[in-house]
Amino acid sequence: MRMWTTIKSYWRTFNRPATHLSLGLLSMGGFIAGIIFWGGFNTALEYTNTEQFCISCHEMEANPFRELVPTIHYSNRSGVRATCSDCHVPHDWTFKIARKMEASKEVWGWIFGTINTPEKFEAKRRELAQREWSRLEANDSLECRNCHDFDYMDFTQQAPRAAAMHSTLLASGEKTCIDCHKGIAHNLPDMSGVPSGFHGDLLERDPQSRVMDGFLNQSSY
Amino acid sequence: MRILPFLLLLLPLTLLAETPQTPMVEDESQRPLDAPAPDGIRRGGTLSQEYQAPNITDPRTELTRRARNFPQQPPVIPHAIRGLQVDKNVNQCLDCHSRSATHISGAPMVSITHFTDRDGQDLAAVSPRRYFCVKCHVPQDNTRPVKISTFRSIDQVLERAIQLGE
Repeated sequence: MRMWTTIKSYWRTFNRPATHLSLGLLSMGGFIAGIIFWGGFNTALEYTNTEQFCISCHEMEANPFRELVPTIHYSNRSGVRATCSDCHVPHDWTFKIARKMEASKEVWGWIFGTINTPEKFEAKRRELAQREWSRLEANDSLECRNCHDFDYMDFTQQAPRAAAMHSTLLASGEKTCIDCHKGIAHNLPDMSGVPSGFHGDLLERDPQSRVMDGFLNQSSY
Repeated sequence: MRILPFLLLLLPLTLLAETPQTPMVEDESQRPLDAPAPDGIRRGGTLSQEYQAPNITDPRTELTRRARNFPQQPPVIPHAIRGLQVDKNVNQCLDCHSRSATHISGAPMVSITHFTDRDGQDLAAVSPRRYFCVKCHVPQDNTRPVKISTFRSIDQVLERAIQLGE
């Protein structure tokens, strides 16, 4: 009963016009406070998107990060790089917030040490990878495409087989990046039963395919 | 019993046994501890001296098959293999080179010998003892060889023998 009266008195204060503060102060103050709160929220959100934040847990530092280091997405000749959040967090705000809410499960996992040893991580690797594969299959490899824009791919700069695959299966939307490019930034889990994206009916469908260029006309051993 | 003190007097003689038989050649501090290294692949220097590692070289990626120098030579890999995973979980070489993939990849199939285990049993897939490709098959780099090979193929040997009229 006392709580109810407290709530009621708060509501009365909240609902009443201000007696001493001017409208200008309230509106400007609200505006400035809004900027500070929103800015603060966004800054905190962006901080959770940094590599430094991700690898502050040893589970992430010792396994996925160490595996990322030797790959081309971590270090390369031009220095354009992708870090954890570039691939694992959607860039679009709505989906980003959704992913951040999902990530609360990772906090649970961290507290209870779900993958806190190399053995536990290895045992769960397939499950974790599968989750990311399904996510990228569902959103048509959106996080890849944030940087790798199909419209600007120059097939003449690609290896014959890559060009053949990209110009047919990828162009038609039949396959998406992750179908073939699994394990490009981290080690692969036990792949038994996972079809290699490389297997296809490209030749049967398109006998003119240049996929075998550079191979067929060579003397065999 | 009266002889014991005299025996004790002989004890200092044991010190002589510890002194080296050979005369001291030089002062220990003067001798170089860092022996010169044998001239192997790297020339000069001493045992403890570290040389700067040579630059990492470019892999040859021209994708043309190279002739074997002798029939048993494992063919070399004519493409880059950076990032390809070969371990307990997966063998990414087999993504292209396995029997079921070659018709689409155009890559040469793993040799039939690789399907035989050490007991001569033919298996359905690559035998575990042949699983780690780069144990025998290696990529080639665009680099200057540290040693010039004097290897001559059997054809060259025979040709030379014929020339010499043997």
